[in-house]
Amino acid sequence: MLEIRNLHASVGDRQILRGVDLVVPTGEVHAIMGPNGSGKSTLSYVLSGRDGYDITEGEILFDGKEIIDMPAEERAAAGIFLAFQYPLEIPGVATMTFLKAALNAQRKARGEAELTTPDFMRRVKVAAEKLNVTQEMLRRPLNVGFSGGEKKRNEILQMALLEPKLAILDETDSGLDIDALRVVSDGVNALRSPNRSMLVITHYQRLLDHIVPDVVHVMSAGRIVRSGGPELALELEANGYAGYVEAAA
Amino acid sequence: MNAQPRILRTQAEDTLAAEFAAARTQLPGSTAIASAREAAFAAFQKVGLPHRRVEAWKYTDLRALLRSVPPLALDIAVDGVVPADPLIGFDRARIVIIDGVFRPELSDLSGIEGATITPTVELLRADDARIGARLGAIDDAVVSLNTALMVGGVAIDVPEGVTVARAIEIAHVTTAAIGVHVRNIVTVGADASLRVVESHVGSVGSAYQANVVTEATIGDRAKVVWAKLQAEGDASVHLGTLAVSIGKETQFDHLVLMTGATVSRSQTFVTFTGEFARAGLFGATMIGGRQHADIMLGVDHAVPNGQSRERFKAVMDGRADGIFQGRIVVRPDAQKVDARMMTQGLLLSEESSFSAKPELEIFADDVQCAHGATSGQIDDDMLFYLLSRGIPKAEAETLLVTAFLAEAIEGLGDEAIGAAFEAIAGQWLAARGSEAAA
Repeated sequence: MLEIRNLHASVGDRQILRGVDLVVPTGEVHAIMGPNGSGKSTLSYVLSGRDGYDITEGEILFDGKEIIDMPAEERAAAGIFLAFQYPLEIPGVATMTFLKAALNAQRKARGEAELTTPDFMRRVKVAAEKLNVTQEMLRRPLNVGFSGGEKKRNEILQMALLEPKLAILDETDSGLDIDALRVVSDGVNALRSPNRSMLVITHYQRLLDHIVPDVVHVMSAGRIVRSGGPELALELEANGYAGYVEAAA
Repeated sequence: MNAQPRILRTQAEDTLAAEFAAARTQLPGSTAIASAREAAFAAFQKVGLPHRRVEAWKYTDLRALLRSVPPLALDIAVDGVVPADPLIGFDRARIVIIDGVFRPELSDLSGIEGATITPTVELLRADDARIGARLGAIDDAVVSLNTALMVGGVAIDVPEGVTVARAIEIAHVTTAAIGVHVRNIVTVGADASLRVVESHVGSVGSAYQANVVTEATIGDRAKVVWAKLQAEGDASVHLGTLAVSIGKETQFDHLVLMTGATVSRSQTFVTFTGEFARAGLFGATMIGGRQHADIMLGVDHAVPNGQSRERFKAVMDGRADGIFQGRIVVRPDAQKVDARMMTQGLLLSEESSFSAKPELEIFADDVQCAHGATSGQIDDDMLFYLLSRGIPKAEAETLLVTAFLAEAIEGLGDEAIGAAFEAIAGQWLAARGSEAAA
């Protein structure tokens, strides 16, 4: 599904990714853990096609196809989804208008017919109920006045509707209390499928109690420095990142 | 105004002088109106066309922008093409003014029972006191020029207590390269209610100049919604002025949408004459290419306990220049006034510009006044959020710009007019998107 080889990326003069190698096979959930500043969020933005990063070396293959020159909207239509660490509030854009625009734009890009309004409404209703996203939230402008938990639920709602092949979850647990974490994790777990890969980026192990990964990678100073099973997360929780920060320095 | 005697006249000023000299005896009106015209033209000649050293016209230097002046509409037989109706589908009565002349046979005055429509020419002949009544405090060369040369237009009278069922559009249409000077007079009695859409359109490619002055007097406890659509032809110059006084406990909601003309200036002067009146004043500008659009707002809180809300939004593309000047005056005795003005510019291109000049002059001590001005580009984070969901860039920008303008358009609080104006904004954005794709 996703193959990253020797990926180097910088912002301005600052080199952030320094040779990332990562393979996420179809249907697997991989976690990336690492200290602050190790390049985790940059990796998520580079994968989803955000402007402002210079890819100086390496390749990103998605479904076997190089995507470095593909704009963000085309990557989305191809099946890459980023759940934001800080979902944006967009005053004046109604949540439903946004959802419909996103869904239909992706369908159009894939050569599929646009959804009829009743079909769209039905899909939103089904997905929203599972995530405790209320009709009142859906009536508001996108994320405006939403609590941290509501914003994260809205991210997972979008993921459920857009049905990506690869979901990148960037610090999805940040700002969530334990109840909200459970709702969000249940939502994510419900979307696990043999056809879908996930890349779960997190600083803390606790999210991985809920979304149990197949593989855990440790990122430090812009590289993957260690990979292992779910037990690696527990080891990090016990010992911290100190050894990795020193190793990288 | 500039105190120095002016010696050099521009070609445009010379033409205007020649036009006035030739037209003065044919212009309609009583002897008193004729002397008012002479006085107004003398006042105009003394200062000439506004230029950048005139503070109120700082960003719109008409001396430089008006290279020439087309012939007056007067006595010219014009049979141009009437452009498409931009408000099609919006239910309203229509007063149609073509090339400065009220055309009853093209108008639709149904559904406005209780209101009286009279050609302004009749008021000029009858030396009606309402002509010029709202302009006393306005020292403006363009208004003087209008007084000197005014011909067409209409007077709308809504008597006390009457609610006019349908909105009334005053449709100003210009079909040829002429100079048009229109004067409208609107009087809304106490406890009456009226919705007005003042529209301005004209032929594509026609270098006409429209100077329209409207004087409105709104009685106590009346409720008036007044929307203006400036969608003039692409080669035209639009100079529009609305001078309005609002009485005790009135509610006056006003929106100006500016999208047409090559050079445009829209002036709104609101004077609070009765206490506890509320004014909502909104503006939405959408321009591109080399367009220049200036909105000037003057709010005079002459009495206590008035409330005004000002929110102006401008979107500039290409090499366009957007301007907003807002001046709020709170007179010495006007205590407990509450005025808040916000203006925001959104630049869609590197070469566009936005200038904002908010001014507060507060002479009373127990008031609440605030103003803010911002100018910036589309927020990168918001744009990326939409792109990351698969929404193409042009569509994402359209969503964000629509949301930006909606705050001003919805501020008017009139759903039908809001929907009609949002549709016009949508067309502008769609045209922009298709140009970008081409």
